[in-house]
Amino acid sequence: MDDLLADFLTEANESLAELDLALVRLERTPDDGPTLSLIFRLVHTIKGTCGFLGLPRLEHVAHAAENVLVKVRDGVLAVTPDNISTVLGAVDRIKEIVVGLGVAGTEPSGDDVALVAALNALAEGRAAPPAPVGAPAVAPVAAPVAAAPAPPAEPVAPPAAVAVAPAPVAAPEPTPEPAEPPTAEAPVAGQTIRVGVDVLEDLMTLVSELVLTRNQLLQLARTQEDSAFGVPLQRLSHITSDLQEGVMKTRMQPIGNAWNKLPRLVRDLAREVDKRIELVMRGAETELDRQVLELIKDPLTHMVRNSADHGLESAAERRAAGKPESGQIVLNAYHEGGHIIIEVADDGRGLPIDRIRAKALSRGLASEAELAAMTDAQIYRFIFRAGFSTAAVVTAVSGRGVGMDVVKTNIERIGGTIDLKSYPGQGTTFIVKIPLTLAIVSALIVQAGRERFAIPQISVVELVRAAGSDGAAAADRTESRIERINGTPVLRLRDRLLPLVSLAGLLRLDHDTGAEEAGQCIVVTQVGASMLGIIVDRVFDTEEIVVKPVAPILRHITMFSGNTILGDGSVIMILDPNGIARANGIAGSESRHSENTRREAVAQSEQRTAMLLFRAGGPGQMAVPLGLVARLEDIERERIEMSAGQPVVQYRGRLMPLVALSGTLDITRERQAVLVFIDVDHGLGRDRCMGLVVDEILDVVEERLKVELSGDRPGLLGTAVVAGKATDVIDTAYWLTQATRDWFRSGQRSVGIRPPHVLVVEDSDFFRNLLVPALAAEGYEVTACDSAARALRLRDAGTMFDAVLSDIEMPEMGGLALVHALRAGGPWAELPIIALSGRTSETDMAAGRGAGFTDYVGKFDRTALLASLRQCLGETARAA
Amino acid sequence: MDNTVLERPAETSAGRDERVFVTLTVADQLCGVPVQSVRDVLGEQVITRIPLAPPEIAGSLNLRGRIVTAIDLRRRMGLPDAPPGTPRMSVVAEQGNELYALLVDQVSEVLSLPSDSFELNPPTLPAEWAAHSLGIHRLADRLMVVLDVARVLALAPEA
Repeated sequence: MDDLLADFLTEANESLAELDLALVRLERTPDDGPTLSLIFRLVHTIKGTCGFLGLPRLEHVAHAAENVLVKVRDGVLAVTPDNISTVLGAVDRIKEIVVGLGVAGTEPSGDDVALVAALNALAEGRAAPPAPVGAPAVAPVAAPVAAAPAPPAEPVAPPAAVAVAPAPVAAPEPTPEPAEPPTAEAPVAGQTIRVGVDVLEDLMTLVSELVLTRNQLLQLARTQEDSAFGVPLQRLSHITSDLQEGVMKTRMQPIGNAWNKLPRLVRDLAREVDKRIELVMRGAETELDRQVLELIKDPLTHMVRNSADHGLESAAERRAAGKPESGQIVLNAYHEGGHIIIEVADDGRGLPIDRIRAKALSRGLASEAELAAMTDAQIYRFIFRAGFSTAAVVTAVSGRGVGMDVVKTNIERIGGTIDLKSYPGQGTTFIVKIPLTLAIVSALIVQAGRERFAIPQISVVELVRAAGSDGAAAADRTESRIERINGTPVLRLRDRLLPLVSLAGLLRLDHDTGAEEAGQCIVVTQVGASMLGIIVDRVFDTEEIVVKPVAPILRHITMFSGNTILGDGSVIMILDPNGIARANGIAGSESRHSENTRREAVAQSEQRTAMLLFRAGGPGQMAVPLGLVARLEDIERERIEMSAGQPVVQYRGRLMPLVALSGTLDITRERQAVLVFIDVDHGLGRDRCMGLVVDEILDVVEERLKVELSGDRPGLLGTAVVAGKATDVIDTAYWLTQATRDWFRSGQRSVGIRPPHVLVVEDSDFFRNLLVPALAAEGYEVTACDSAARALRLRDAGTMFDAVLSDIEMPEMGGLALVHALRAGGPWAELPIIALSGRTSETDMAAGRGAGFTDYVGKFDRTALLASLRQCLGETARAA
Repeated sequence: MDNTVLERPAETSAGRDERVFVTLTVADQLCGVPVQSVRDVLGEQVITRIPLAPPEIAGSLNLRGRIVTAIDLRRRMGLPDAPPGTPRMSVVAEQGNELYALLVDQVSEVLSLPSDSFELNPPTLPAEWAAHSLGIHRLADRLMVVLDVARVLALAPEA
């Protein structure tokens, strides 16, 4: 396949995934300007590229969709679920065509007339209009339905462009987390490279081998003191560890990537089954191996569908049950002891235990007597059997009875486990535990029954040698003793009693039952919220091991979470304290459900932190660490001025930008409560200050701050319980960057005699890669940057160009804003600045020239672009 | 040397109507495994026992950095155990990205057998053999059972 086409497909697929997410977001928050801009830009780019590559069907559909979006952007058409559905329909059609394109290399034949007609009807306001009353007279949509714009006259792929196109190894880039503030995307875009997955795979295998060999060498070195090998070996060891870390990073991706199709899915599902569903995703940034990620996508989707279809009740049922009308599906991911735990929880009606019992009986899976003896948890697990579905009605969505057993198989295939909890009337939670394959973990090597085993260091709390329960030793060693309750040994450790289990006994190994109690080694491990003591014969040392999943036939043995090869070449099993606890019926994992099933995450400090409590944009309490706040101010309305569209106030000799936490500044208030943050930046030689405007300052408290992280709201770190109330903790760094502005630096060079140096400002990778070589081929020296902000930074850094080419539609700062900023002053104010755009109507061009562009050309019109450049530069030369 | 690696004869040298087998002996019975299924042949190995594993799993071993699950073919096929002290060899096969070592009494030569000497299982074949065999080949002086490797490796995990 053509390189250009391959690149286009990759970029289109990424854009389509983003579009899904963005459209669902827009539906929820119709006045989300940045999201709307993003959507518009994505569709626009697709349309432009299609025209360039001669893909009429795609261009047609994209064009129609774009027309609708223009109307939305101009405020003529409102954002309603129906409208969004129509646009999503266009996105789906585009996806279809792109898939066909990927398979065959040409567009599949098909008929889009109905879809395009629907879109155009919407754009022209003929569809049921929720449009605001008194909308300004709208010029009827110019683009006729039938006419596809003529493919551009110029040759499709100048050879130079093809040569520069990146190597077509198709490993997709992870889509950027949509919830992240857009500023994060820009720096990354220009510095990435596509690498084949198999290359990474090989690297990883080699590194694993290297780690094992390094372990072997270290072990040998330990037996020889003062060898000349000692020092270089240490160095080698460090380098290997760093290499291992680095390579593992390449394989790790945030689980959010597997979740990014879910918002759209849930939205469509909710409409289909006529329920109100809210999808909450926590821990999206939790990382795991990319292969594992691929494999859990489908199981997770299935579980979410089940929850939506069967778990959650309709709005009416929920009201009757006294629950909030909107059902909630919560996805929660976190690391624990060398695994990733993913919880899929809904607050619906729970699993129907009686129906499950009946079904198990009718399928002959268990007898009445057996069922009667089972716990609820065991009965719930019947749903993992093949062909088991208690759904009375098989819907198109789920209930076909092929689901959960496939999910279980898929998860177990990657060495994971799945379990579930359900409470009638309250909801169901699935808990998936997946190993971090190829994780290299630290493990404690122990011996029991003449065999060696590894226990992940993360689970090990401490090592204890038990005092005998008799004799003189008992007197001094009251700290850790083995006592017996009803004949069962327990360990008294300081103030606690821990259950004890003998490893050799548990694994049914031959061991000397004689040497009990006195001087036994006990490994105290953490299992969920409780602790467990494991009696072993001997403890060796801690080693770094490569975790390999056990063979499928052994997966059912829950005591083992994997196996590994030690430095001396022997194979040993890795113990799973959770499995051991479960096997012993120890409540370790079971008791967790009496507390919150939501994982309390990391950020807990032992010290007490002073927190400033305030309200902003709602009745809920919010907090910020007091130490970050420089001052609290009360600012009269009159002092607030506007500068370049942003509210500022003159404050102690500088101009302080104001950012309203609630989003908009309520200018009707007499006085504004402002939290002043001062950020000293030595690198730039100045300090920044920013004022965060809040509704009301409440109090200052000192408490232990334990933030439960949630990554899906920009500007917020998460939630904590402060002063007895659920409190949102704000992300100060985010708000500071909201207020930061670039500033002007002087210093420029005059243009010498050399090839004209041109700056290209274009956010689409694809187009940049087209333009740069095309220009270079003409003899220009080209610098490219992917955002207007970057361009401005270049200007301020003193770089000089002969001309600037800029795209119009870009995120954050578009071409019109850029040219405005450039013309307003500074070293580039007099440069020829040419606009590149997909939209070349008269109005657009006039707008462009009005904003300060020297000229305005179509993006895909290479001849016109070059001519314009020549002309502009020629004129400048003449003027100079 | 611990490992003996057999060279696999070039597949192309076998004619259309000939199949190539690696022969091995289990409980005095000659068996054959299609040569394409064999990744390695190993001599006596250090095998780590796996506690709580089903009895036919002899344990695991380390093959050049990969963990291989060792399956005792006698136990797998329900045959009596070998007398203690008998040397064991193994044939390494791969399935579903996992390596398995089939422990047998002896691994012998590679034979190229014409397909017309192949017959389906005679009805008198004992049940445990019939369950794991695809058929037999008539050799000059004895019979060779063609092992169904997929069947042997299809060890269902206990639910």
